[in-house]
Amino acid sequence: MARMKFICDAERCIECNGCVTACKNENEVPWGVNRRRVVTLNDGVPGEKSISVACMHCSDAPCMAVCPVNCFYRTDEGVVLHDKDVCIGCGYCSYACPFGAPQFPAKGQFGARGKMDKCTFCAGGPEKHGSQAEFEKYGRNRLAEGKLPACAEMCSTKALLAGDGDMVADIFRQRVITRGKGAEVWGWGTAYGTNAKPEGAKS
Amino acid sequence: MIRPQLLLGVLALGALVACGERPQDLAENGNARSAPAYQGTGVASFTAPSWKAGDEKSWAQELRTRGERGQNDYARIGAR
Repeated sequence: MARMKFICDAERCIECNGCVTACKNENEVPWGVNRRRVVTLNDGVPGEKSISVACMHCSDAPCMAVCPVNCFYRTDEGVVLHDKDVCIGCGYCSYACPFGAPQFPAKGQFGARGKMDKCTFCAGGPEKHGSQAEFEKYGRNRLAEGKLPACAEMCSTKALLAGDGDMVADIFRQRVITRGKGAEVWGWGTAYGTNAKPEGAKS
Repeated sequence: MIRPQLLLGVLALGALVACGERPQDLAENGNARSAPAYQGTGVASFTAPSWKAGDEKSWAQELRTRGERGQNDYARIGAR
């Protein structure tokens, strides 16, 4: 069974925000919510690096551990999803997440904070695959359509890789070997464990 | 004639049941986990054409092919 993972290649990311736009368009994400965003380290300084960050669908997800109503679950493909019918919008997950993935819309149930929204790896939610209810709550279910997440497929420089962990690690390893530098994969160890680093990567 | 001890017992049992907490996890509260992704959406117009819904191997192969062709520049242009 495939285990879905994200990698962002900081050597390639040009901070175009194409991934952010693709995500918002594909999933019709409401105002005030960015499931994905681009973070630039040392912005304006020569040698700055940008990475695209969203839910990394951690192997041992902290959000899942702290949720008081147990609304999170993991699919067979390794994608961490949540049930908005169960979420109470408490915000614990946003404090626990090392990537700042959980987002809270300004309008909706439970007043100002609303129910949590996050990247679904374009895998929808617990509703019936491809249903209108699933789309309205969670966005498109591209995975069940045989497609990869829109953010990665739209990435102009192919900095953002998504798919089966073995495949994305192979692609990244080949890049690192070929260019001879840029082996840092920020977030990989945090999300998937330090033993699960792609071959050739430093962190 | 109902004995007072029996009546008291029934009332105590009822009170304990009322204090119970219903299960809240996904499987037990009726929100079953979603079906595996390889089951497809049933919407042919949006589904990638080269795999068959319900066939896990063809679904995985479709994603692998899509990932390799779409994300691996070296495989796509045959360069080193």
